[in-house]
Amino acid sequence: MRIEVTINGHKTALEVAPDEILADTLRAAGFASVRRGCDTTNCGLCTVWVDGRPTLSCAILAARMDGRDITTIEGVAGEAEAFARLLVAEGAEQCGFCSPGFIMTVLAMKRELADPTDDEIIHYLTGNLCRCTGYMGQLRAVKKFLEVRP
Amino acid sequence: MKIVGKGVAKIDGLAIATGKPLYTDDLVPANALTVKILRSPHAAARIKAIDTVAAESVEGVACVLTHKDVPQARFTLAGQTYPEPSPYDRLILEDLVRYVGDEVAIVAAADERAAQKALELIKVDYEVLTPVLDFEQAIDHPAVVHPETDLHCNFDIGHNRLRNIAATHKVEVGDVAAELAASAVVVEETYYTQAQAQAMMETYRAFSYLDHAGRLVVVSSTQIPFHVRRQLARALELPASRIRVIKPRIGGGFGGKQTAVAEIFPALVTLRTGRPAKIVYERRETFTATNSRHAMRFKVRLGADRDGLIRAIDVECLSDTGAYGEHAPTVFSVAGEKSLSLYNKARAVRYAGHAVYTNKLPAGAMRGYGATQGCFAVESAVNKLAGALGLDPSALRLKNIIRAGELDIYHNRILGSASLDRCIERGRELIGWDEKYPSRDLGGKVRAVGMAVTMQGSGIAGIDTASAEVRLNDDGNYTLLLGSTDMGTGSDTILAQMAAEVLQTPLDAIIVHAADTDVSPFDTGSYASSTAYVTGMAVVKAAGELREKIIAAAAGLMNAAPAEVTFDGAVLTGPAGDRLTLAELAQRSVVGPDRRQLAGYASHGSPVSPPPFVAGFADVEVDKETGKVELLDYVAVIDCGTVINPNLARVQAEGGLVQGIGLALYEDVRYDERGGLQTNSFMTYKIPSRKDVGAIRVFFEESYEPTGPFGAKSIGEVVANTPAPAIAHAVRNAVGAWLTRLPLTPEKVYAAMTKQPKERTCT
Amino acid sequence: MFTVKELVRPQTLAEAYRTLTEHPDNALLGGCAFLRLGNRKIAAAVDLSRIGLDYIRETEGFIEVGAMATFRALENHPACRENFSGMLPRAVGNVLGVQFRNLVTVGASVFSKYGFSDLITALLALDTDVELHAGGRMPLAVFLDKPYTRDILTRIYIRKDGRAAAYQSLRNSASDFPVVNAAVARLGDRWTVAVGARPAGARLAPAAAAALDGGADPGEAAALAAGELAFGGNLKASAEYRRAMAAVLVKRAVLEVSKCASK
Repeated sequence: MRIEVTINGHKTALEVAPDEILADTLRAAGFASVRRGCDTTNCGLCTVWVDGRPTLSCAILAARMDGRDITTIEGVAGEAEAFARLLVAEGAEQCGFCSPGFIMTVLAMKRELADPTDDEIIHYLTGNLCRCTGYMGQLRAVKKFLEVRP
Repeated sequence: MKIVGKGVAKIDGLAIATGKPLYTDDLVPANALTVKILRSPHAAARIKAIDTVAAESVEGVACVLTHKDVPQARFTLAGQTYPEPSPYDRLILEDLVRYVGDEVAIVAAADERAAQKALELIKVDYEVLTPVLDFEQAIDHPAVVHPETDLHCNFDIGHNRLRNIAATHKVEVGDVAAELAASAVVVEETYYTQAQAQAMMETYRAFSYLDHAGRLVVVSSTQIPFHVRRQLARALELPASRIRVIKPRIGGGFGGKQTAVAEIFPALVTLRTGRPAKIVYERRETFTATNSRHAMRFKVRLGADRDGLIRAIDVECLSDTGAYGEHAPTVFSVAGEKSLSLYNKARAVRYAGHAVYTNKLPAGAMRGYGATQGCFAVESAVNKLAGALGLDPSALRLKNIIRAGELDIYHNRILGSASLDRCIERGRELIGWDEKYPSRDLGGKVRAVGMAVTMQGSGIAGIDTASAEVRLNDDGNYTLLLGSTDMGTGSDTILAQMAAEVLQTPLDAIIVHAADTDVSPFDTGSYASSTAYVTGMAVVKAAGELREKIIAAAAGLMNAAPAEVTFDGAVLTGPAGDRLTLAELAQRSVVGPDRRQLAGYASHGSPVSPPPFVAGFADVEVDKETGKVELLDYVAVIDCGTVINPNLARVQAEGGLVQGIGLALYEDVRYDERGGLQTNSFMTYKIPSRKDVGAIRVFFEESYEPTGPFGAKSIGEVVANTPAPAIAHAVRNAVGAWLTRLPLTPEKVYAAMTKQPKERTCT
Repeated sequence: MFTVKELVRPQTLAEAYRTLTEHPDNALLGGCAFLRLGNRKIAAAVDLSRIGLDYIRETEGFIEVGAMATFRALENHPACRENFSGMLPRAVGNVLGVQFRNLVTVGASVFSKYGFSDLITALLALDTDVELHAGGRMPLAVFLDKPYTRDILTRIYIRKDGRAAAYQSLRNSASDFPVVNAAVARLGDRWTVAVGARPAGARLAPAAAAALDGGADPGEAAALAAGELAFGGNLKASAEYRRAMAAVLVKRAVLEVSKCASK
């Protein structure tokens, strides 16, 4: 079926199967940052924004996205890079495979929470698993990122 | 040093963090076939008949392969140097399936839907056999996991297939029985560690195609490209010269990708169809049908004299290698070697036992490689011994640990570098040991501390070999060619740092290329904590050789002796003050007749595997009513020799510690009574989330390892080992009961504390 | 692997209900968080997102929650934060991450009667009604005891009666399902005690509540709750441990409520 979605600010018409998963649709459309990591809604690798809210693209039927606004890391490249530089400065990207989904949650958090405590940061980011870094370096980078609020 | 020792960012960091298409699945040709595997629903069964007609007729299906369609040479998937110590006990597909998840048939189709549909249409007639599920019952079980007679071992590893024994191992130094009998204090305990999943975020995946010369090209998320080439050659009965293996960016490995679980399937499809083919393992498949840490049982006896000197260590181990024997003998031996040789005041040590086959998920390599399991058992016993002796466990360690320059009785070798004593002292201060040990009752909760120490190796002594080439390019920059595999650790970056240090050049003047078996110099691969130490030394040697060649070439142009020329990394200065820039020299080295591009090339292997050390300290709170353990603070003080890149070393350590915390507290493995793995997703198998780990604090106590690059040893694996015993120790100090089976779930802690009288003596 | 032949996006409930009941292979779509876990072969998947059920509002005496409201919306809604000692946001706020809670809907969670649910246990301790398109409005406890019927849960009503409440759960790890959970509420001298993740679904513990009404101490009531409900074993824990922990959690929740109420 045909849907019209806005991906990273661009209106796009897509032909999708009724049981197609948004994460797969986005990958097929060239957004390689979107990854499946678990198939059970646990890992957060596939996190994108739907109408500005961080959501698991591996659990969404693409067909339901007709008329919705989707943002991947490619759509917030400048801001993502600003944070990625801090992440990389800590060495906290490690294998990098979970980083795009993680960054999408971090950027959403920055919009949503005014001045989060460490516990609030950890709580907000719990849905993003990482097997490499042990999370500490990610937290250091996030705190630096929050300091540079405009 | 200008670059070594600096926390520079990874050279690929920004690209991978922002989701650029650099991983295996991002690079698959658009027309590649999708490969899917039909897997056994039975733990043990013989395939009587298999009907693929309906599956083959599904539109888009390119081929369906069964055990009748594959070569018949047995092999191992363990990524080890040839001749591998792991038994050759596999076929690509076989008429016997040995665990729930074992491969039954391979389907390749134009897309996932067609492949899935075809899978569902394959009809298999199984004769269901009795499985061996309990590894403690495996030896001499009436059911035999490997009845085949063509199983082959390259060495005498004590394999006995009719008894379900994959490997037998025994090391004995001195007279253990006599020393135990003479010991004033003897402690004894049995410990169990579970089959931890590596759980890297990027699951196993590979794709393949035929190149312009008709050669098989396999692109794989692997730690071991050269071993994969050799394994494919054997299993597919193809000359290795017809195969090329390329490793792109990898989304984590942790040892899992030291076993080549996926490559063979698309490779076979490409050979049969001539078409590109890819396989991407689902998470469930990754849990149920790849490999994991070996589950182990240890029976430990320690004997000490009145002064607290450990005089006898006796460890009997039983290791569960599951359905296939990948890494079975070596993980087994490492479990003893790395935990027993820490305590060299012993007069007698013995380490013996078996790795056994069961009808379960095969075990393989995982970060720590047995040392993690051995560390839990031996360190727990040492903590128990401290209690029996009435000694502070940190003081007991300081009396007994091996120090630099001392004889390691297990290997009969002198230890080169060690600062474990300083690590212990500093860790004690950082955790607040004197104030917190052993515990404090807070009312509803008890707060307590515990500790453990560990060592690992740096590469495999006498076996690992790495080569590196550094070329001076025509523009004055360098290309560093490596066969090692950065799986996220940052090894490409730290190796470039080493080359840059030797060549006195900025990091961005070095192009790093790794790894492609057609192009890269040979490297055994990134495992066994080898890359910084073994490949690092090859890089230092290659860069040093190139530096000498640069100076010699400049001296030739200046009509001077090499010793008269100085080189600051950018400019070469002759005795008469004549100057030549590196860029000029580089350009001149590639113009005209009789020129030669300058390159340094070196191989390196080490006769020793110098151990890095960690002292780990856990600070926990245990809920007295529920048994829930909350880790508040974990301090690890690490001796990895010289720290090449403090940021990357720290993150490596933090990540390894959290994997160890997962092993200690959360990562449980459950099978049903038919041998099906129940913990087959992140919903049921819980790796730590960021709420589960408390504060992790990492510190370094550098030593200088004379055989390592710039004094470096390894860090990759050693960091995973201490959390389980240190946390178990803290829990003991909190609740008064020893927990000997991982993970320490609330229910187990609750059971332990409600069963035993709550005496809280110092341990 | 699940499959869907056709996605239907009705504009009205009547239309949705008609499609749903037309064929046994038709199914409703909620947040779809668990859709991929199964191997369902769905003929027509009915998407409720165009019917206007994505809301939370305060009406006379009630918090009314549309079936398509997400956990995240529940967590952030002022009415949910201000009522019942903030129990509802606390109960759902620990379910995985924000990207999951932005997806999961209240309606699908309640309708599915998931045993592991944090939300159902919390709602059960409150005066909650469930409204079904065909089945009509009924108390949550009644709904939970009814056999499954093909119907559409349209909204729930939580009476804003000012009760103090507390939610407790025990998890083996933070992002896991609860081993067991409990919710306790008090309105005047009347108590409500609910225990969930037994691992079967949440149920009220009337004997424990009656004991509390009669002034029993928290430990005594907790023991009653643990005794009057059935517990089972699964991957997360044994039945015995669950029973023991149900008592612990109920006791803690009672103490917490007492503290709130005395403030």
